[in-house]
Amino acid sequence: MDILIKGGRIVDPSQDFDCIADLGINMGKIVACGSGIKEKANKVVDATGLIVVPGLIDMHVHFREPGMEEKETIYTGMRAAAKGGFSSVATMPNTKPATDNEGIVKYILTKTAEKPLINVFPVAAATLARDGKQMTEIGELKKAGAVALSDDGDCITNSALLRRILEYAGSLDMPVLEHCEDPVLSGQGVMNESIMSTILGLKGIPAASEVVMVARDLTLCKMTGSRLHIQHVSSAGSVELIRWAKSKGVPVTAETAPHYLVLTDDDLHSYSTMLKVKPPIGSKHDREELIKAVKDGTIDAIASDHAPHLHAEKDVEFDYAPFGMIGLESSIPLIMETLINPGILDFKDLVRLMSLNPANILGLKGKGSLKRGADGDVTLIDPEKEVVLTKDYFESKSINTPFLNWKCKGAPTSLFVSGKQILKDEKIIG
Amino acid sequence: MKELWKRKDLLGLQELSSEEIQLILDTADSFKEISLRAIKKVPALRGKTIVNLFLEPSTRTRTSFELAAKRLSADTVNISASASSFTKGETLKDTARNLQALKIDILIMRHSAAGSARFLADILDASVINAGDGAHEHPTQALLDLFTLKQKKGKIKNLNVTIIGDILHSRVARSNIWGLTKLGANVTVAGPATLMPVGIERLGVTVCTDVNKAIKQADAINILRIQMERQKTNLFPSIREYRDLYGIDLEKLKNASKDILVMHPGPINRDVEISSEVADSSYSVILDQVTNGLAVRMAVLYLVAGSAAVLEVN
Repeated sequence: MDILIKGGRIVDPSQDFDCIADLGINMGKIVACGSGIKEKANKVVDATGLIVVPGLIDMHVHFREPGMEEKETIYTGMRAAAKGGFSSVATMPNTKPATDNEGIVKYILTKTAEKPLINVFPVAAATLARDGKQMTEIGELKKAGAVALSDDGDCITNSALLRRILEYAGSLDMPVLEHCEDPVLSGQGVMNESIMSTILGLKGIPAASEVVMVARDLTLCKMTGSRLHIQHVSSAGSVELIRWAKSKGVPVTAETAPHYLVLTDDDLHSYSTMLKVKPPIGSKHDREELIKAVKDGTIDAIASDHAPHLHAEKDVEFDYAPFGMIGLESSIPLIMETLINPGILDFKDLVRLMSLNPANILGLKGKGSLKRGADGDVTLIDPEKEVVLTKDYFESKSINTPFLNWKCKGAPTSLFVSGKQILKDEKIIG
Repeated sequence: MKELWKRKDLLGLQELSSEEIQLILDTADSFKEISLRAIKKVPALRGKTIVNLFLEPSTRTRTSFELAAKRLSADTVNISASASSFTKGETLKDTARNLQALKIDILIMRHSAAGSARFLADILDASVINAGDGAHEHPTQALLDLFTLKQKKGKIKNLNVTIIGDILHSRVARSNIWGLTKLGANVTVAGPATLMPVGIERLGVTVCTDVNKAIKQADAINILRIQMERQKTNLFPSIREYRDLYGIDLEKLKNASKDILVMHPGPINRDVEISSEVADSSYSVILDQVTNGLAVRMAVLYLVAGSAAVLEVN
């Protein structure tokens, strides 16, 4: 075989596996997973003390290409992903122009293939130009390689249109990923509406802006029976509704982002524009409910919503800064530091939330598992590795993160994509 | 006195201690007399350069700051939004850095964006005085309100002060709430529920949507300007109804204390939030506020200018 990853703790909930064992990869596929593999390998990787998991999948990133290459390109985005231990990402369609036709889907795949590092799965726009009026050619987009549909950044506010998109996409087995926000309720808001927005004098976005659209979306999901995935859930109210819907068998899935699990709106006291993100960072209660929801499975996935912006765009008055923060490189260190090390989540949860479930939601065959025959995508995490998230730690073209210089214990150190080592000792070698 | 003031900037009353607020009020008291002189000038800030950067329209505050600076013998420059490089797309940070390169000592800024004064204070060596940042704070307005209250009532502790109107969008309300509560006053905010910011009661104030009730026990009321365009966003149905339910007229004052003080940060909308009779009545201290504003701003400029300045009041 090509590679033998020896002596690591393999955590793979897809086969209910969690023990010290070896993992063999040949011709880009997993060929063996078990203890004491004797077969000779061209390359042996000592994984003693490391956690060996199915390649991580970030199902919500913005790579800005085509159109905003000054913020991020597909290549720099892939480097950021590799650094963060992600073998696969799903890119959102708010490119310029929007990813609303086969040409742009193919452009993204071509750009990825020019300097391949990791797997890039384009998500296509659900409506033309993402303007919420006319359904895209969903079947053609799927043929071109799109894995899901979304108008991310904007909510499909026309309920009749969302109904039709769900029905049509459902018939083609394409999940619809929704950014739930009532733009009228959000208004000119820039942060969570709370005592903090009152003190800071910043315009608030009520949590209801998300919750009312989640309620609507769940209703349409139940009505159509088509798969709907709710993106970047940020509030306790949404969690409660999703939990209820799941109990009724509604085919809904949901994700949240690390920043909603780590930060609260109290952190905005300094007016740092790095914390300006949509949906806005919620209250302590929101964070507590989100943590419960990722633990109990109400929320299926953690995705970064990696949203690069130029320093100059963020280095302005809070009102004028764009929404969004990067997250690919910081996701695992943050989750290790704040959720795994304190014992709130375990590695099985991490794999479920960041590999297995995203693979299932997006229908990525061969991903999210280390079973024999699965793709040779493997992430190695060193739980003892202490990292400081300095500027140099980031590979993204933009460094708009509130987590700059945070110290975390636990980080991805190696990454294999289809059996090829891309990250070694935290350095990209692909 | 001066040793007690350690801050480079004055960004808001939230961050000030009651001692610091008291220090400004006491300093203002000693400056008040200068404006009564035939030669209204002292050399305290001679050689200092003060820039008035007003990115929102303002007559009262800007004139007050400019006169305060001039009476302290500082050199002043005014920059307004329409005449500035903002119209050419320069960022606030770049504008500020250019001013820094010109070696200014104090920057007085008004801006529609909350947090903008702090944003510049963190960048600049020069002192920054917040002359109003969005709905965040307007510290010198609250200080002059406190000064006026103290002047007229002899104290602030245990006074009942009611702030009436658009609390949601008001930096004056926020700064007043911080200042009044720190000095021990009992604060009530009154107005339509749509103009009450979320969680305001957690700042230690009483919320009341019935103005008549809210002014009954008040020693002073501070009436906020209502912006006419707010009705377009359905924050209240009409000016007519606002005047009827929340506008302060002599009829409403009948139930109030006979020596109630009526304050307003200006500019007033006559016969909307305040009737002309009330504005021009003996209850009104609106013009005293303006006069006191000058002394308060002289005090603030003097204190932030720091130890290089020499007090030569007498």
